[in-house]
Amino acid sequence: MKIAAFVKQIPDQAAPQALDPDSFRLVRSGKMIIDDSDSYGVEVSLQLAEKLGAEVVVVSMAPGQETSGVRTALAMGAASAIVVSDDQLAGADALLTARVLAQAVSRTGADLVVAATESTDGYTGTVPAQVAALLGWPALTFAKELEVDGSTVRIKRQTEDGFDEVEAELPAVVSVTAGSVVPRYPSFKGIMGAKSKPVELLSLADLGVAAEVGERVLGVRDAEARAAGEVFEDDGTAEERIVAFLDEIKVL
Amino acid sequence: MLVVMSCIFARQPRRERFKVHQEFSEVQLQLAATVADFVSSEVLPNAGAWDEEHRFPIEQVRMMGEMGLFGIVFPEEYGGGAGDFTSFCLAVEELAKGDASIAITLSAGVGLGANPIYQFGGEEQRQRWLPQLCTGSALAAFGLTEPDAGSDAGATQSRAERTGSGWRISGSKAYITNSGTEMTKVITVTARTGQGISAFVIPAGAPGLTVEPAYRKLGWHASDTHGLTLDGVEVGEESLLGEEGRGFRQFLAILDDGRISVAALALGQAEACLRESLAYAKTRNAFGGPIGRFQAIAFKIADMETAIEAARALVYRAAGLKDHGAPFKKEAAVAKLFATEAAVAAAREAVQIFGGAGFIEESPVARYFRDSKILEIGEGTSEIQRMVIARSLGLPV
Ligand SMILES: Cc1cc2nc3c(=O)[nH]c(=O)nc-3n(C[C@H](O)[C@H](O)[C@H](O)COP(=O)(O)OP(=O)(O)OC[C@H]3O[C@@H](n4cnc5c(N)ncnc54)[C@H](O)[C@@H]3O)c2cc1C
Ligand SMILES: Cc1cc2nc3c(=O)[nH]c(=O)nc-3n(C[C@H](O)[C@H](O)[C@H](O)COP(=O)(O)OP(=O)(O)OC[C@H]3O[C@@H](n4cnc5c(N)ncnc54)[C@H](O)[C@@H]3O)c2cc1C
Repeated sequence: MKIAAFVKQIPDQAAPQALDPDSFRLVRSGKMIIDDSDSYGVEVSLQLAEKLGAEVVVVSMAPGQETSGVRTALAMGAASAIVVSDDQLAGADALLTARVLAQAVSRTGADLVVAATESTDGYTGTVPAQVAALLGWPALTFAKELEVDGSTVRIKRQTEDGFDEVEAELPAVVSVTAGSVVPRYPSFKGIMGAKSKPVELLSLADLGVAAEVGERVLGVRDAEARAAGEVFEDDGTAEERIVAFLDEIKVL
Repeated sequence: MLVVMSCIFARQPRRERFKVHQEFSEVQLQLAATVADFVSSEVLPNAGAWDEEHRFPIEQVRMMGEMGLFGIVFPEEYGGGAGDFTSFCLAVEELAKGDASIAITLSAGVGLGANPIYQFGGEEQRQRWLPQLCTGSALAAFGLTEPDAGSDAGATQSRAERTGSGWRISGSKAYITNSGTEMTKVITVTARTGQGISAFVIPAGAPGLTVEPAYRKLGWHASDTHGLTLDGVEVGEESLLGEEGRGFRQFLAILDDGRISVAALALGQAEACLRESLAYAKTRNAFGGPIGRFQAIAFKIADMETAIEAARALVYRAAGLKDHGAPFKKEAAVAKLFATEAAVAAAREAVQIFGGAGFIEESPVARYFRDSKILEIGEGTSEIQRMVIARSLGLPV
């Protein structure tokens, strides 16, 4: 069995970020790293692979044949990677991204895709379901736990007040939530070993995907600054007032 | 005159060729980034509490073991990573940016603990200890210093006497790092045998070996340090490390390696001081603006940066020479001397930049101030480094 783990490589969130003033897309020129969200997906994939004796192949679409984030996943224990890079992909929307990734998945021969629920930078949260639709596979989303039993994949789907148990037959696409597992730190041996693991670099032509973009970002506005919070001085009634407040905003 | 000139020319040593720019490999950079990640999620948020509670962070040290940090420099056949010394120094430096105590746990665990067993141990000793040490399921210590023998390690008074089946060792050791943790499995000690000094590998918990209560230290509160009492500790023939009577030479060689990693630790410490000072200088206001606009403050930070750049060049030059199999004794001493004094100066100035807040334990720089001083003392004092350097220049000190 093969598991395709999606890895989006994104600009280092610790470094200052900028939007391109014309396309409103994130400037992706600096150092790129594995999206934190995907380190959970990779960890889930690796744990599953270790249990099943399966193999994890990393799939990524990224500008400039970027591989540094993919190397992290390889150092964590994935066996190989496919990276799709093409100048024509600059400004790709979520659907084009999904078409590229779905095509790449077909090449791997994987029967399970593990993605994160949403990326840290683009954050549309649409890619996993789109990939599933394009492949014609069921999408099991918001998984906080994932197990495979024969040809059945079973997840615990995070809900507002608990979880649902959802299952489907393989092949399938699963998106996992952040915090579901503790991603391992790559070991030194893993880092050394990652050097010699195969990374296949592909272009759009290799995949036979056309660079059609149906969506355009027309404008971006700053989010409203967060208003100052309310301070409850404890005069003996603070607890009641806090409970009333939480009740009012419907989090209780 | 001409004769003298030509004489001077003839005596100029040929300039050594070496790379001016230190370029790190992909693997080295990825290791440094991984350790930096570990530091930001596991070390920085906890180091203050470990310090306050004098707690050895065993959970994080075990994680470092799983990451293979204790095995970086050792061959794969012993569970190591077959990496170079430069990589190891990068790991120590990154850890020290978060906390000096956890960095010395690694530096001493490898440099003083596992290294003698690898360098001088026979195949049986290596197989017995290195795999557990490399994976961090065990920790090793090295007991050289004694109450009456520190810089003058040749004055060692502990004694080992032959028994029918091995050796009986008695004496006491002082200030031994990593010697009393839950995961300490083995301690190498030096002791007098016949004419010379020899080294012995003693399993933790050996009858007659007492690990004294932990010292109360000025700094390095999260590092484990104890005195040891050896009262007729009996060990087998196989526990003699290397040749009898060669112990003195052995530990001198060991200390040369250790000096580079302590210098890397000092570099990380100085970088932590710079990071905190810079952030504070930008955000602390006085007289209507951030204190960083005062030249007196800005220049302290400029001096810190300068010393850090110089220390970095010295540390990785020494490490690079070692990796290339070139002599590095003097360069290790130079790097240790300069980097540790730079760290102490950086910590002192960081506290000054923080003003009163720097004297309060909640500020990280108060901890850096207490933690840095030992760097000028351990693994060869600054005076001893100057002696090594002066001797390498032919002076009879
Ligand atoms: C400000 C801004 C606004 C945008 N608005 C829109 C918009 O309205 N509509 C639209 O279609 N696009 C939009 N985009 C573009 C979109 O972010 C990109 O197309 C992106 O490549 C895919 O979407 P995502 O990151 O939001 O993915 P998500 O759907 O949030 O990603 C979910 C998961 O899918 C996987 N994944 C996603 N991308 C990759 C990849 N490149 N390689 C490997 N795995 C991946 C990862 O596991 C990821 O965690 C916008 C981008 C920006 C910067
Ligand atoms: C926290 C901590 C951890 C340690 N860990 C270990 C460990 O794991 N293993 C271990 O074996 N040891 C360890 N040590 C001991 C350390 O290496 C010694 O303290 C150090 O080498 C200095 O020896 P000393 O304390 O006996 O000082 P001394 O040798 O008594 O020196 C006192 C002063 O005299 C100076 N001096 C001595 N000789 C000369 C000279 N010839 N010329 C000029 N000045 C001189 C010294 O520089 C110093 O300023 C540790 C110490 C500490 C505090």
